[in-house]
Amino acid sequence: MYGKPLPVVSVSREPAGTFEFITTKKDELVGWARKFSLFPYPFVTACCAMEFMAVSASAYDTDRFGAALPRFSPRQADLLMIVGTVTQKQAPILRKVYEQMCEPKWVMAFGVCATSGGFYQNYASLPGIDKIIPVDIYIPGCPPRPEMVIDGIMKLQEIIAQGKHLILNDKF
Amino acid sequence: MSAQIFSELRDAFSDVDAAVSESRGVFVIALQPSHLITAVERLKSTFAFDIFLDVTAVDWPDRPLRFDVVQHFYSTVHKVRVRIRMCVPEAAPTVPTLRPLYGSAGYMERECHDMYGITFEGNDDLRPILLYEGFEGHPLRKDYPKQLEQPLVPYRF
Repeated sequence: MYGKPLPVVSVSREPAGTFEFITTKKDELVGWARKFSLFPYPFVTACCAMEFMAVSASAYDTDRFGAALPRFSPRQADLLMIVGTVTQKQAPILRKVYEQMCEPKWVMAFGVCATSGGFYQNYASLPGIDKIIPVDIYIPGCPPRPEMVIDGIMKLQEIIAQGKHLILNDKF
Repeated sequence: MSAQIFSELRDAFSDVDAAVSESRGVFVIALQPSHLITAVERLKSTFAFDIFLDVTAVDWPDRPLRFDVVQHFYSTVHKVRVRIRMCVPEAAPTVPTLRPLYGSAGYMERECHDMYGITFEGNDDLRPILLYEGFEGHPLRKDYPKQLEQPLVPYRF
């Protein structure tokens, strides 16, 4: 039975209602591809981690947006999620992680501490991560509801879809 | 149980230059820093106070002896706590180290040195533990400006 050759079925090359090519813009095509393949690097420092777990798990399921599989190396990630309070002592590490990420990269401030320092205003904590690295999307809340995080991911996807995606740069 | 051990402690510390009292179920000994080592040795060997819970400080900016250094001990045999309180001036905020008696004291003394600038005589490892190298001042002192930041990474704006 296994030695028997499989039957060859001839397929019609021109089924009705299909097309062979579409026209689009390069930025739209690349943006569409990139917005559904976000690989987050969770930089988790504080209690917002519980909410991050909730939003990643099956009940809210960020995998629907292609943003569920965390890469635990910044070199493989393109979305840096800062989840929690960042202290002054932690700031050089965050800066180094951001610099290790390859282009294209986006940064999400998850929770009010990463956004602005929250209710901390003292010697120990950084008043918002945008003091040291650029941020693309801010999610307020202490902690944010999973719906807010999903809204933030969708807003980031809009930013990516509408952005410019340079294939050729000044060195090429 | 605790009443009995407290009366024994009261008798034991009657000869030392110390003021003893009781506060919310904790036996309090107020003494001079020079008497600390003998008092703690007695607590540890005679009364089985085997756990050194914490050392911290209290800042009283208007007082001539500005800082209270406060230490807590716990006995797993008697299930009671003892607090030792010492007053030190701002010019020489120094108390003896307890590292030879309790190994864990080293870390707590480093934290107390970070936050209040108390030096512990005999502890030669007072590197920053919660703060970082280059941090100036002691943030839990009352005269440290509340919003003064000392960033390690320069701000973008």
